[in-house]
Amino acid sequence: MDQAVFIFDILLPALMQGLVITLQLIVFSAPFGLALGIGVATGRQYGGPILSRACKTFVLLIKGTPLLLLLFILYFGLPSIGITLSAFTASVIGFILCNGAYNSEYIRGALISVKDGQMIAAQALGMTRAQAIRNVIMPQALRRAIPGLSNEFIYLIKYSSLAYMITVVELSGAGKNVATKYFIYTETFMVVGIVYLVLVTITTVAVNILEKRVAVPGMSRTSAAQL
Amino acid sequence: MDRNDIVLRVEDIHKSFGDKEVLRGISFEVRRGETKVFIGPSGTGKSTLLRCINQLTIPDRGSVWLDGEEVTNSGARINYFRQKIGMVFQNYYLFDHLTAFKNVELALLRVRGMSKAEACEKALTELRQVGLEDWADHYPAELSGGQAQRVSIARALAMDPDVILFDEPTSALDPELTREVLEVMKRLAQQGMTMLVVTHEMGFARSVATEILFMENGVVAEQGTPDRLMHDPRFTRMKNFIGQFDSYWGD
Repeated sequence: MDQAVFIFDILLPALMQGLVITLQLIVFSAPFGLALGIGVATGRQYGGPILSRACKTFVLLIKGTPLLLLLFILYFGLPSIGITLSAFTASVIGFILCNGAYNSEYIRGALISVKDGQMIAAQALGMTRAQAIRNVIMPQALRRAIPGLSNEFIYLIKYSSLAYMITVVELSGAGKNVATKYFIYTETFMVVGIVYLVLVTITTVAVNILEKRVAVPGMSRTSAAQL
Repeated sequence: MDRNDIVLRVEDIHKSFGDKEVLRGISFEVRRGETKVFIGPSGTGKSTLLRCINQLTIPDRGSVWLDGEEVTNSGARINYFRQKIGMVFQNYYLFDHLTAFKNVELALLRVRGMSKAEACEKALTELRQVGLEDWADHYPAELSGGQAQRVSIARALAMDPDVILFDEPTSALDPELTREVLEVMKRLAQQGMTMLVVTHEMGFARSVATEILFMENGVVAEQGTPDRLMHDPRFTRMKNFIGQFDSYWGD
């Protein structure tokens, strides 16, 4: 078989179907992963002792165990206690938990880096702690967390391939199916790799644009470089 | 306006940090329109005292009253009192991610619940008051220290406070910037704003203070009008502290 025919007529159409699933996994996971990260970081940093401990434990559990294990539990384990999730839903939940836990660490680091005076000034104006966090602390922290968060988002793009292990035929899975059917491994997985590379490159460019748009004089990378 | 109207009353404030008793029973009253200036050696609790007044630091003992209502032990109502008790800090503490205009506007929107149009007008008015309406769209990092401090004064003023606490507002500024901030404060005093000022600026204390309170070792050691502290022979400690008194006071 002609290589071009294989790549353009067989491989790419199959990969596009997988890519759609991969994109769906990311689009459903990332926003909630970010929200969870903000919630867990805030709870850990500003919550009472119980909430703070709970957030810390959650992060420890997620960081300390393989994501694959989590997916297996969600998909194969939960039915035994009466909760049956589709493979796609189980994947998304697993990714949200994982993404959220790691995001929370980046955000927590950024929260700590915001100077105490910001909270003091906000409270002196009559803001509650919650108002101060929402309006003053978090907007600054999120700007500083962008490099870390974008890193985590890129990880998400790549570990979304783990969904294949619980039967979701996403990008990698689609590639694997084609490869085993036609016994063409190297070319197939190289093309799959290129698709991931394109996704990550788009993300990197988008993050750079975002970072510039939300940059604030005195708080951004560029002005630090000028010092 | 009733000049005898007592707006702020501080009673027997005590505060310790660990073994160190920083405030050892401070009491005073502030009438509407008065400027009280606190001077004294570093580490005698002047800043802590200001922070106890708006409960950023919780005193161990004693009470604070604003217009006859208790500020201490006021629970969630403290956020109402903090609107009424403005505060200006040595290091400005402007919100770094917001322009000068938004620094002033933020609490108007989020705390006082003003409409966008109302808050915008109020914020611009206050920036004009401190001479910075042309700098409204600049970020804190783009402002000089004097400008930043004036923005923070505008931010405090915007809440229509009954009293403003100034915690060494010019200690981080060079003489020229100090002057521009003191000019704004002097004008506020003349307009009848009630102010408590911790400062080392003796010229300001002399010309603006209704009363000077000299603090040492957690108590008010000497207290009186600038003239009285200077000329009454019973007062010696503050004169010693200032040392080069005559150059400030003239004779």
